Amino acid sequence: MIACTDIKFQYRTESPVLSFPNLECANTGQLLLLGDSGCGKTTLLHVMCGLLQPSEGQVAVNGQDLGRLSDRALDRFRGEHFGVIFQQSHFIQSLSVMENLAIPHFLLGQSFPKQEAQKLLNALGIDHKAHEKPRDLSIGEQQRASIARALIHKPSIVLADEPTSALDDTSTAAVIHLLEEQCAEAGAALIVVTHDQRLKSRYKNKVELTPSSHVTS
Amino acid sequence: MSWLYMAWRNLGLKKLQTSLSLILLAFGVGLVSLLMLSEKQLSDTFDRNIKDIDLVLGAKGSPLQLILANVYHVDAPTGNIRLADAQKVMRHPYIEEGIPLAYGDNYRGFRIVGSNASYIEHYGATLQSGRAIETPFEVVVGHRVAATTGLQIGDTFFSAHGLQDETDVHKDKTFTVVGILEESRAVVDQLLHCSIETIWAVHANPNETIDESEREITAVLLKKRNPLAVLTIPNAIRDTNMQVALPAIEINRLTQNFGIGMNTLRAIALIIMLISFASIFISVYDNLLARKYELALLRTMGSSPSGTMLLLLLEGGLLSIGGAALGLGLSRVGLIILAQLIENKFQYDWNSIGILPGEWGLFGMAIFVGLAASAIPGISALKIDISRTLSEK
Repeated sequence: MIACTDIKFQYRTESPVLSFPNLECANTGQLLLLGDSGCGKTTLLHVMCGLLQPSEGQVAVNGQDLGRLSDRALDRFRGEHFGVIFQQSHFIQSLSVMENLAIPHFLLGQSFPKQEAQKLLNALGIDHKAHEKPRDLSIGEQQRASIARALIHKPSIVLADEPTSALDDTSTAAVIHLLEEQCAEAGAALIVVTHDQRLKSRYKNKVELTPSSHVTS
Repeated sequence: MSWLYMAWRNLGLKKLQTSLSLILLAFGVGLVSLLMLSEKQLSDTFDRNIKDIDLVLGAKGSPLQLILANVYHVDAPTGNIRLADAQKVMRHPYIEEGIPLAYGDNYRGFRIVGSNASYIEHYGATLQSGRAIETPFEVVVGHRVAATTGLQIGDTFFSAHGLQDETDVHKDKTFTVVGILEESRAVVDQLLHCSIETIWAVHANPNETIDESEREITAVLLKKRNPLAVLTIPNAIRDTNMQVALPAIEINRLTQNFGIGMNTLRAIALIIMLISFASIFISVYDNLLARKYELALLRTMGSSPSGTMLLLLLEGGLLSIGGAALGLGLSRVGLIILAQLIENKFQYDWNSIGILPGEWGLFGMAIFVGLAASAIPGISALKIDISRTLSEK
């Protein structure tokens, strides 16, 4: 369960204040944040997972106010509760797909459930790529691998930043389907941030961000 | 999964850059350590052969040459001196012992040195087989001479005039091997030992008789009884064709002259090491820039800033440990090659091929500077703006 209340954000003191609508997404729920580029979608996403501190308002995740955590505790909290999927998939290039999947557990000091990882890769249809380097995968495969990495440590919330913008229609449908399916299976809330109108019709729970809707100067 | 494993794999991803850093550091460390090793070997060899020889008495000329010729047998002698004059010095009250040496011939490049039994005893060499010299033209062969020439007890050979080649062979005089020495790692290993009378007999003209007072020898190794000998003896022999030289002082002078070359080499080695540290710095910094996104990613997945800094430090640390270890190995290979090249001149003591205390210092310093060079990018990693880095691409 994640709730954002009265979030305002300012990059520098002289830059305009961005204020965001209140959001709420229950565990296992789905939320689509739709908006054109430059309207602060990524900013909101970074505020949600504590990478950026809002100048006002609060983000509560499973009852925990992120603003009350120390830096180190926030790093750990983020690692534990969030799985993040980026527009372009990024991996530790020197490690294989399977080794990349082991990183979240390593950073949390937990042992890596290799069989579950294998199952997850299997479900995503890339189990045969487990021991290859990420850059040897196609874009679609990379995006599936990053879904696996976002879900492997069973986070309560999955944040996806433009997960489909680099994909064609067919891949988009496949990837978004897998993403929803896996989140549902893992019991994680899914928040998708995108300008991709192809996704608009899929979600009931959606918020449209427009520059004029939240900029108060 | 561990930070160390990640650092290892990251280095493996950039093989060329990693190899360059490793090679540079290995050469820098290797050169410094080779200098340390060869200096140690040289001074050990010098010390072992000086062994209680306080003064060397010989013909006037370069004192250094006198020492090199008579203590180490690597240079030509300065000339001959009269036995009668030498004996006066040997009987001087300030002198405890004198070992006379006479030589001028060789067998396959190894010197045939006439002396008495105390020469071999002085270096603590013992017979491996056979017996000591009893009559003229009997020879006890040094360990390395026997190993190189294959001379065995009972073998006979002719000597050649001079100390180098075998063009002028004394065909009329036959030497017989009666004993072979155990290895002593001193200069006696590479000599053929006979009596002084043998040397005289080789060079005697059968048609003339030599007056005993005209007998000549090459040099005398002296051990002093009284420290004043160093001052008194030169005075006592001022009017003869003789001089005394102090091995310790001459060798000191020699190593100081060596020192200029050594210092140049050491400076070059240090420059190479500096370049290698710059290379490690560039390598790690380049990794930081190229993989800023990866570091931000690690932060998103729950890593603390110190984790990502540790990753970069480990990369620098692995590079410097690898390079330094490689360098120490390289210097040992270099020493073996060097030893092969100058095998005929000096005996090497293989026992001291272990890591010298100075080399541990060198190793520690290399790792410390390697870590310091990667600390700068490491600290920048602490300050990465994750949100901005993630939004850039």
